[in-house]
Amino acid sequence: MAIYLDSNSKIIVQGMTGAEGMKHTQRMLAGGSNIVGGVNPRKAGESVEVEGKSLPVFGSVAEAMEKTGANVSVIFVPPDFAKAAIIEAIDAEIPLAVAITEGIPVHDSAAAWAYNVEKGKKTRLIGPNCPGIISPEQSNAGITPSNITGRGPIGLVSKSGTLTYQMMFELRDIGFSTAIGIGGDPVIGTTHIDALEAFEKDPETKAIVLIGEIGGDSEEKAAEYISKNVSKPVVAYVAGFTAPEGKTMGHAGAIVSGSAGTAQAKKEAFEAVGVKVGKTPSETAELMREIVSKL
Amino acid sequence: MDLFEYQARDLFEAYGVPVLAGRIADTPEEAEQAAKEIGGTVVIKAQVKTGGRGKAGGVKLAHNPQEARERAEEILGLDIKGHVVKRVMIAQGAQIDKEFYFSVLLDRSNRTFLSLCSVEGGVEIEQLAVERPDALAKVPISAVSGIDKAKALEIAKQAGFPAELQDKVSDVFVKLYEVFTKEDATLVEVNPLVLTADGDIIALDGKVSLDDNAEFRHEREEMERDQLDPLEAKAQALDLNYVKLDGEVGIIGNGAGLVMSTLDVVAYAGERHGSVKPANFLDIGGGASAEVMAAGLDVILNDPQVKSVFVNVFGGITACDAVANGIVGALNTLGDKASKPLVVRLDGNNVDQGRAILADYAHPLVTLAETMDGGADEAAKLANR
Repeated sequence: MAIYLDSNSKIIVQGMTGAEGMKHTQRMLAGGSNIVGGVNPRKAGESVEVEGKSLPVFGSVAEAMEKTGANVSVIFVPPDFAKAAIIEAIDAEIPLAVAITEGIPVHDSAAAWAYNVEKGKKTRLIGPNCPGIISPEQSNAGITPSNITGRGPIGLVSKSGTLTYQMMFELRDIGFSTAIGIGGDPVIGTTHIDALEAFEKDPETKAIVLIGEIGGDSEEKAAEYISKNVSKPVVAYVAGFTAPEGKTMGHAGAIVSGSAGTAQAKKEAFEAVGVKVGKTPSETAELMREIVSKL
Repeated sequence: MDLFEYQARDLFEAYGVPVLAGRIADTPEEAEQAAKEIGGTVVIKAQVKTGGRGKAGGVKLAHNPQEARERAEEILGLDIKGHVVKRVMIAQGAQIDKEFYFSVLLDRSNRTFLSLCSVEGGVEIEQLAVERPDALAKVPISAVSGIDKAKALEIAKQAGFPAELQDKVSDVFVKLYEVFTKEDATLVEVNPLVLTADGDIIALDGKVSLDDNAEFRHEREEMERDQLDPLEAKAQALDLNYVKLDGEVGIIGNGAGLVMSTLDVVAYAGERHGSVKPANFLDIGGGASAEVMAAGLDVILNDPQVKSVFVNVFGGITACDAVANGIVGALNTLGDKASKPLVVRLDGNNVDQGRAILADYAHPLVTLAETMDGGADEAAKLANR
């Protein structure tokens, strides 16, 4: 088992024929993901040779799903067309859409999210501005390197891509059921809480690492959720203790405004509900190692 | 990006939101001229992006052009919470009967938009929210349907506007929402929104924040921007994600989360090494080339405060050999001028190639670190020498 993505996942790539889409389709295939096609209305009917496999290009997500049985879409469409691409995926009711694209205007993300809610949330959206989701040795939908580590009992949910890689690397001797990068934008589809809920239900996942960063209140809400709903052990890490107020630290959502969104407040929220917080990624990994050794 | 008050005023005017006449002035002479053109009593307002202008002496009345000149002279150059006043707005005076509050903003926590509105305006809204929460209406706004006339009337009613004003203010709310969506704003705030003695509703002071991610679809006229630190300006010109901080250890990494984490780890290491701190945030991003790496190093090495540099890269899309080549390129360009030690930690994509390139290059200033913690400690130690 794993969450959201496993060996049965059939993946299509929206924006496959673009430079980023092509590069990552290749990497996902090389990593063992089952990519079944791509979407680009201007190249519908063509096919593309990748990693010795001929991938058909479809005119729409709906058509790709009908012809291939795809149940996951990874979106590499540039920011100006990303909203339309996400809405197309929602309209096709694909079960999982992973938006990798960075730099989408927040009005577009908010509109796409509101649209998904109106349509009854039939599509699970991950991102935007995220590395995607990987269930090691099963499937990889996104840009996470496939070879950092293998399958294991830890579930990971993180706002940051490279910190996801760093944490997978620190715990490479143990392995992961699923690692999800939910993205650093102010409006995202899947939240820390959504992932916690799924990991709690997943029998393969025995313990959870949660990675947060400054900005917003997702970590505080996650802490409250853990105290009421999560029985599995959780350790947390929060980045951005040294971030000054009012400066955006790379991610559009990573900003401390006044007393809101500080790393200290998030750390305290976790500790108040008994979740241990590592000072550094390596210390966080050590906390997890201790937990796993007692499982 | 936060706008100056006068920029917000101009945007409001362009969308038909009622505002008073206003002109900007950078000198007392321009202020006098502006007051002459506007006529009557005017208000001279410091253009700084911080609250509490009034208390700091940054807002003053002038009854004639001569007074406008004198008041502008007093305000220009004033330091308001670290912001030096370089520009004032000369605004037409008004007889204010009542002050209200209205805003529409991105409600990140609920992944939607939110309108805040109160008939008790003119005060700090954070203060009102704490002291008299019942006086502040909070109305969720759908990012799909937005604020139409019906929604605007609902906001006006909930905020407690008297029946005879509801129609008039709701028209203004609809226009302000248009500013919010069409300009890709994350905040449009009017405080105060006023009722004048003549019975007009006017947006007297406004705050607007625009979404930087949406700039590609707006053709804005050249706008006055915040004065950037020279290194930040240089980084911006090179399209680098850089924030200047006040420490001694220069930081370069890939990915916002990892770089933020690197700053923290260096700060902790600094506690063991003479309290040295991170000098900057610099994210070279995913898939960075050797050129980007070299440009980043160039910015950081030009920071006179920097005593050592920590390069912390976990290659996902970014290849470690490209990072290593960027370091080699930057050091070759600097030649004998290179004087600051570099600690480099590489892991992930093409790590063996990356480490081999630096090992072969064997530059006396470059140290390879095995781990993030070890690299942070070494860089902090070198900065404390």
